[in-house]
Amino acid sequence: MSLLTIVILFPLIGAIATALTPRTETALIRAAAAFSTFVSMVLSVVVFVLFEPGTGSYQFVQKTGWVESLGISFHVGVDGINVGLVLMSAIVAFSASLLSKDIKTREKEFYTLLLIMASGVLGAFASLDLFFFYFFHELALVPTFIMIGVWGRGKERGYAAFNITMYLSLGALIALAGLIGVYIQVGIHSFDMIEMQQAVLSNPIRSDVQKTLFPLLLFGFGILVSLWPFHSWAPLGYGAAPTATSMLHAGALKKFGLYGLIRIALPLLPEGAKLWMEILAWLCLGNILYCGLVAMRQKDLNQLIGNSSVAHMGFIFLGIASLSLIGITGAVMVMVAHGLLAALSFGLSGTLYKETQDLTLSRYGGILKQTPFLGSAFLMAMMAACGLPGFANFVGEALVFFGAWSSYPWQTVIACWGGLVIGGVYMLRAIRSLLHGESGEATLSIKDAHGVGERTPYALLLASLLVFGFVPGILVNKIKPEVELILSRFNEDGPVTRLAVETTSNVKHLSAVAEKGTLQAQ
Amino acid sequence: MNLDLTLLEVLVVGLGLAVLLIDLWMPAKHRRFLGYGVAAALGGILLLSFGLDARWGQGAFGNMYLLDPLALFFKRFFLMAGILVILLIVEHSDRIPVGLSEYYALTLFALAGMMFAASANDLIMLFVSLELITVTFYILASFERSNSKSLEAGVKYLLLGALSTGFTVFGIALVFGSSGATQFDELARRVPELLDAPLLLVGFLLILSGLGFKIAAAPFQIWAPDVYEGSPAPTTAFLAVGSKAAGFVLIIRLFIGAASELALSWENLWMSLAGLTILVGNLCALPQRNLKRLLGYSSIANAGYLLLGIAAMSSAGSAAVLYYLTGYLFTVIAAMSIICLVLRNLDSEDISGVAGLHQRAPFVAAVLTLSMVSLAGIPPLAGFFGKFMLLKALLEQAGTFSAYYVLLLVAVCGVVMSIYYYFGVIRTIYWGQAAEEAAEISISPAVGIVLGVCALGMLYLGVFPNGLVEAANAAVAGLFL
Repeated sequence: MSLLTIVILFPLIGAIATALTPRTETALIRAAAAFSTFVSMVLSVVVFVLFEPGTGSYQFVQKTGWVESLGISFHVGVDGINVGLVLMSAIVAFSASLLSKDIKTREKEFYTLLLIMASGVLGAFASLDLFFFYFFHELALVPTFIMIGVWGRGKERGYAAFNITMYLSLGALIALAGLIGVYIQVGIHSFDMIEMQQAVLSNPIRSDVQKTLFPLLLFGFGILVSLWPFHSWAPLGYGAAPTATSMLHAGALKKFGLYGLIRIALPLLPEGAKLWMEILAWLCLGNILYCGLVAMRQKDLNQLIGNSSVAHMGFIFLGIASLSLIGITGAVMVMVAHGLLAALSFGLSGTLYKETQDLTLSRYGGILKQTPFLGSAFLMAMMAACGLPGFANFVGEALVFFGAWSSYPWQTVIACWGGLVIGGVYMLRAIRSLLHGESGEATLSIKDAHGVGERTPYALLLASLLVFGFVPGILVNKIKPEVELILSRFNEDGPVTRLAVETTSNVKHLSAVAEKGTLQAQ
Repeated sequence: MNLDLTLLEVLVVGLGLAVLLIDLWMPAKHRRFLGYGVAAALGGILLLSFGLDARWGQGAFGNMYLLDPLALFFKRFFLMAGILVILLIVEHSDRIPVGLSEYYALTLFALAGMMFAASANDLIMLFVSLELITVTFYILASFERSNSKSLEAGVKYLLLGALSTGFTVFGIALVFGSSGATQFDELARRVPELLDAPLLLVGFLLILSGLGFKIAAAPFQIWAPDVYEGSPAPTTAFLAVGSKAAGFVLIIRLFIGAASELALSWENLWMSLAGLTILVGNLCALPQRNLKRLLGYSSIANAGYLLLGIAAMSSAGSAAVLYYLTGYLFTVIAAMSIICLVLRNLDSEDISGVAGLHQRAPFVAAVLTLSMVSLAGIPPLAGFFGKFMLLKALLEQAGTFSAYYVLLLVAVCGVVMSIYYYFGVIRTIYWGQAAEEAAEISISPAVGIVLGVCALGMLYLGVFPNGLVEAANAAVAGLFL
């Protein structure tokens, strides 16, 4: 059994264990959840460290036949693109299980559902079979619904639970139709991604078919990633969800659609991608500008984080739309960075909510003075969200802008402006009203995080953000060769090739910088 | 003559007669436990079916009756449904003051009718087996004699059933009149030459209406919600699973096996039938608060999904129908047995009856959740893999005929709509407020077995679908040469 399989299955085993534990043993249940996600995280770090970049093949592979007559197999493995995502998801899952102390009722069910969700997220990123890719993602749908409904916040949580479930199901079904369409068009009777990618090399799907299939994947996956104008479920759902759910969903699960675009839509449907990426480049501005402006108007901390998280998706879409080596590499980098950041932000806001049951910004103030640890963590999270150098987000967003410049200069200018100015405005405002000034009435009742147990999740997420921020090479060098492989499929067309060649040297330069950083760190 | 090919049916009918005889000597208070014996005997017959040898074209009674892999697949399906339904009757028996043994016996006769339908290779056989099913269901639907809703259900089923029987018999007459054949093999030879004969077309259309009534496809679905609501829960479960599957096996035999050329030219008809059924079922289910009516409309919607597999007119489509039906069997019987268990002391089947079920009985709540999730078609349950196979079969055909894309769109809309009402049930289970006077829920061995088998079935088929997919493929292999 491959190490990666254990990473995926361990939370599931944990879920079975918690389901079988008597409901009165809450300490035991909590420990089981923390332990199983911890093992999963440690193993995913091992996978990340042992991964050899640039071999051009998948590693830690396991392939077991499942339904032979339909060409479905249980096939997991990592390459440079998903190795970081698996690591990020495992870190987020572990932090989420540690930050669930606010759950005081029906703990057994909560942790069981949380572990099923974690397993689904990890499985979706590790799967190399289209069927299991979809299967694992959908595994997380029912837990999300029940968790928001039962342990969620506010009177509107029932509505939010339905809203998020219906939106995600619609997106998933559209994507499923697209995936089955791709399977049929490739025509090798196999759902195996690797075999399908090899098959289209010699025998590509007809160009007009590609152009009709691509929007199914783009909008199906797009709904799952809260692509503007299909984003309204995200702030609503995250505002109503319990801390751990919004951490896992906003951090890890939401990247599923983006990963699907990069892993499936681009390599299999390059002709369709060329056509539709121009539209995506405009739509992503909706995320960056519109949702950014909406975030500016928010008076509730969770709504602000939710909207800003939707706005950040715009950068990733822009990177993918650029179809350039630097842009897509940057997009994957932002996916990892934003996953850690979103989990950190929702974790922090959840800690505030646990004490005060209220996240209205105006009721806070002076958190830095009152609770220095939480305050500093907040400050760093918000600075990372503005794209401050030193955090992984900066590296990713900078790469996206470099990559997108040559394909879409206008959109890049607008996105830069939106990202830096609008993002700066709402984050700095939030810092002012939350962290600085006189202590608000709500601030007085919050307690700082004490001891290893309470500080670990924040420290872990912040440390990962900083490591990837200072030594981006460890991730960028893994992503780059795989993106090169994907882009080699766009070869026949002039401009794209030119871009790819042009940008290779830039990434070389960047990774050289990164290596220098590694040396200095040592 | 090969009487031994009908061994399974003979045993089931014999069992039914034996139950009626035993009833004469058995004191009334022990009759409830008769059900365990009947279920065990059916289990034995099910095991016996694995010793039978099914070959394509192997027939009895001048080939009116076939024992081929398709027939055997459905016989096992019906036997499985029969066992679970009999156990459900044991659970339900306190609401049947008189005639419990007859309830068992009639269920067994309906089961025999379904098993004959699986083997039908002649229009006469089709008609006789359909009538055996329908006539017993007239009685089964109104078995709670003191309950006026149950009587209403029986009368409605009788009136509309008689109408559909009329359609079927008239259609058979027209088909026989224009082609001179009633046997399916013979029809398969003659229909291609008669594709222009209007009487033959009208005849087949009328037979399809009769079968459409059985599977509750729109526009023949009017009876379903009322009958589902009024009938005793075991009858509703058997009606939803058995009667629907019998309708589908006959559609497969007649329209995919015998009159395939005709059915192929009816592409648009199949598609509109499927699309309409999906829309009607799902739209009507949206505002439902009565759980049994909800399942009634959901059963209409599911008939629509199953018709997608027929509309695909391919072996993948038919295999998907077989798979989907098997998943549906476990799902619906689980839901019906919980309705039977939880709502036993309430006058109505309002959805609020399961409110807070999660705190009253976590295991029962979990199984009901699984069954709703499976009906909604979400992994890792059987319902998801069935829908996956249906959609795949449909999309494979879409290359030849682009109207399939419209149908696909309808199906996707239907599934999204259905998530709303299925998850509404889950919401009530988990965060609805239980009524103060809500009674204790005690799980008897009978319903415990049913719930365990159904939960395992849903999960196993969803996570390890390979075995059943192979079996379903083998069962339809001989239809597409």
